[in-house]
Amino acid sequence: MSSERGRIRITGFDADAVERREPLSDWTENRAGETEGRWERGWREFRQNRSAMLGLYVVAAMALLAVFARPITVAGVTVQPFALAPYRPDAILYVQGLDVSAYEAPSLAHPFGTDGSARDVFSRVLYGGRFSLSIGFIVVFVTAAIGLVYGAVAGYYGGWVDEVMMRVLDLIFAFPGLLLALIIVAVLGKGYWELVLAFTAIGWAGYARLIRGEILKVKENEYVTAAKALGARDRRVIFRHVVPNAVAPLIVQASLSIGTVVIGVAALGFLGLGLPPGSAEWGTMLDQTRETIVQGPGGTIPWWVTVFPGGAIFLFVMSMNLIGDGINDALDAQEGEDVARGGEV
Amino acid sequence: MSLRRFVAIRVASTIPILFGVSVFTFALVHLTPGDPIDQLVALNPQISAAEEAAIRARYGLDGPVWQQYLTWMSNLLRGDFGTVIAVDQPVGPYIMARLPETVALGLFGWAIALLIAIPTGIYAAVNKDTLGDDLSRVFALSGISLPNFWLGLMLILVFALWLDLWPVLAPDKPLLSPAMLWYLILPGVTIGTASSATLMRVMRSSMAEELNKEYVTAARAKGLPERTVVLKHVLRNSLISVTTIAAFLTAGIFAGAVVVEQVFAWPGLGRAFVQAIIGREVDLIMAITLFTGVTIILANLLADIVYAVLDPRIRYD
Amino acid sequence: MALLEVDDLTVNYYTEEGVVTAVEDLSFRIDRGEKFGVVGESGAGKSVTALSLLRLVERSGRIESGEIRFKGEDLLSMSESAVRDVRGNEIAMIFQDAQTALNPVYTVGEQIAETIRHHLDYGDAAARERTVRLLDDVGIPEPEARYDDYPHEFSGGMQQRAVIAMALSCDPDLLIADEPTTALDVTIEAKILDRLDRLAAEYDTAIQLITHDLGVIAEVCDRVLVMYAGRAVERASVEELYYDPKHPYTVGLMSAIPRIGDRQDRLQTIPGTMPDLVEVPSGCSFHPRCPFAEEACTRTRPQLVDPATGERAGPDERSAACLAYTGDLDGELDYEVEVRGRDAGAATAESEPPEPDGGGVDRGADPDADSEGKADE
Repeated sequence: MSSERGRIRITGFDADAVERREPLSDWTENRAGETEGRWERGWREFRQNRSAMLGLYVVAAMALLAVFARPITVAGVTVQPFALAPYRPDAILYVQGLDVSAYEAPSLAHPFGTDGSARDVFSRVLYGGRFSLSIGFIVVFVTAAIGLVYGAVAGYYGGWVDEVMMRVLDLIFAFPGLLLALIIVAVLGKGYWELVLAFTAIGWAGYARLIRGEILKVKENEYVTAAKALGARDRRVIFRHVVPNAVAPLIVQASLSIGTVVIGVAALGFLGLGLPPGSAEWGTMLDQTRETIVQGPGGTIPWWVTVFPGGAIFLFVMSMNLIGDGINDALDAQEGEDVARGGEV
Repeated sequence: MSLRRFVAIRVASTIPILFGVSVFTFALVHLTPGDPIDQLVALNPQISAAEEAAIRARYGLDGPVWQQYLTWMSNLLRGDFGTVIAVDQPVGPYIMARLPETVALGLFGWAIALLIAIPTGIYAAVNKDTLGDDLSRVFALSGISLPNFWLGLMLILVFALWLDLWPVLAPDKPLLSPAMLWYLILPGVTIGTASSATLMRVMRSSMAEELNKEYVTAARAKGLPERTVVLKHVLRNSLISVTTIAAFLTAGIFAGAVVVEQVFAWPGLGRAFVQAIIGREVDLIMAITLFTGVTIILANLLADIVYAVLDPRIRYD
Repeated sequence: MALLEVDDLTVNYYTEEGVVTAVEDLSFRIDRGEKFGVVGESGAGKSVTALSLLRLVERSGRIESGEIRFKGEDLLSMSESAVRDVRGNEIAMIFQDAQTALNPVYTVGEQIAETIRHHLDYGDAAARERTVRLLDDVGIPEPEARYDDYPHEFSGGMQQRAVIAMALSCDPDLLIADEPTTALDVTIEAKILDRLDRLAAEYDTAIQLITHDLGVIAEVCDRVLVMYAGRAVERASVEELYYDPKHPYTVGLMSAIPRIGDRQDRLQTIPGTMPDLVEVPSGCSFHPRCPFAEEACTRTRPQLVDPATGERAGPDERSAACLAYTGDLDGELDYEVEVRGRDAGAATAESEPPEPDGGGVDRGADPDADSEGKADE
């Protein structure tokens, strides 16, 4: 070694001395807050997002209004006695002896006016939230669960299992969702649970594809290989190691698709293929008003029967999408976390 | 692999999917209690049971479902799509009469979507976090959240009834006349808004992502004007991901046609589909469903080809 | 007048976690044809410095103060279009990762030719001809044919050569090379560095070479600036830096170079990591990692001074930023530089370049004996 030319060697830079001595100042490498979990951080990000919080408030308010619109009785027992809506949604007011006619413009007594059957549009819009909101949430919950399992199985096992399962998905994607929903409702007939089933049938495929993609990504990770090498059973590996890591994009997708489902339900209602005519569902209400607009009732145009139910759909879906965007940003933000570190960009 | 072979293989691979779609739809529709003959009989009580059976046999509605399917399939392969029972007209001409209406509406919606989405998306990505970006985000979010049937009704309310710029319903004029362009505007905007909003969001986020890449800094470091950097270097890369979504939206345009044609009483396929569902016109439902399936698959194929043209890294294999 | 004069440059980034000072009070000079090294760990502010020279710090960053004079003109007060005339034309940049620096959807040739067409007003054919010649110059075989290849059809080494050709395309006066060989294999690294060295001489171009690798600096540079946490901590000629490092951080970096035949049982490293720039330690930002640090280091921020006199040093003089040289420390920096096979005391006067190489690889390999082929297709 000594024959090599120009070799420089430095002695005396005693790194161990740094470890041994008492810290000179209270500066530490690990700043507080770094241990914060991803969900806590996500929630903090979400709370700081003003438009997302606005959406959350609106959705909460609409849900509360729908629940407290009319009393709820379960098996003869009134579990929810409040009635924020002044009239029953199906009450034809002049039949009840009130001095009210069809298509009355909005007034103090009837803030959203009355419809073609002299029903109170305000009460109907409040009450109608029950259909759209509940179908939206139920469908998204069920479809996400089905898609999660389906996608996880396909992605985890791969091979011919995956191949067959994906061909089934191709089949679903060859239909425009609404067409398939229409066919299903035509088969099953109109009704609440029929709608839930129709939108579940078309909705799960998107989650399945998303989850499969995520699983394929996660599967490459070492801890999954390690868990398998340690002899963990497949089901355990999927649900303890793989799924938790794929769940963030699932939540984003779910929050964004509630709005889609609500619009779809209303669209079927509008086409006369949703709930029975006369139901206070928002889309069904619009179906009944289409004629009045298209044909023009002569004299005044009862704009209120169109503006308010549709506006309710729009408001809800918009708020839901604000929430979805907020969740997306919040869960996404942690990937960009390193950017704030150091100036080397 | 050559482009021609790639296309051939892709087209061939759609056949099993279409077969699956046809079996699935056929089975679904035949689970339905009631068919057009039931309605016919209900309206005309004088029809005897024997006559009813004869009518059923004529339209291939007797026998077990699998047999009906085989009959339907063999007819299909001979180019016979069946009959629209309510008007006693073959499905083929019935569809061809309505197809141009839907195609015109769809293409118009598409054009509006692209014309709004691409420039707005570019603008928003380049001016990220400015007032203009915020406004375009509000537009995009509203566009996605607006139910198209309500948007259609509101457009009629405002522009046809209050401002009186359009008649409420388009007059019955030849589709390809220049006058028709005017009447396409309201339904076209209605059908294009949701797609436009979705595309704009994709355009914005994909562009914003590309703008953060190092090749952009490299292009700027070469002293190229910002315009060249964005419109030459970044745009082509961002369009790669937009293409996929754009093809995906074809399905959305179809679904939109079903609703929007109902709102504007537009005599196209979407409206025919709703009527077929209500009237249980089996052959018509089958034909329209298959037709949509083929279109969606072709749109995806087209997207794959455009994708390969835009991105030299993609090879057809 | 120096080619490039940077005075008191400060660059801040505005992040969600607060204001990050990526570069603070940085001054240096680069002369025509000089090869100037900037060394430090990642996060030291080297790349931000490079981008600042082209006024290309991204949106969240802002050049807060200072002057960057190129040929006597202040780049920071120029109009945007005037700066664009400098970029790629007079000051060109070679990026760390050629693969990401090349646009995947345009041919390599087009990406070089567009710069030539833009700055030199060449027509299509002339630009193509010049590009082919450049590709040939940087050692890409069959340049005519490779002109129309896409970046993904090039191997890593070939991509880096293409990026160098792109930077040289308009015959710049200053080439900023940001970790130009970090993404490459060691054997290819040696060839590329050698090529860069020769081309710089051929094109009479000054180089600012940014790296974390002292071996690379020794190979190419004349003078060196050592950066730590956004600040310059030592400035010296390459010989001075290697044979007589003055700042404890430089000393630590030098100790961390692995050597074949070292009998130490483990690699000497600098303890800890570079501080997060959001919260930089008080006083001397290196104090938590410095074995020679004392109480005073946590309170007083050292200035760049002449280590011999303790006086403030000018922007091109030998200097180090450590309290040891201003008499503020009780102890001494008791490290020793030992030069094997030579008398340590005489080392600084020698003109032969030192070789503290990184791993004993021979960097003198014949650059034309390339064996890199086309990437898989």
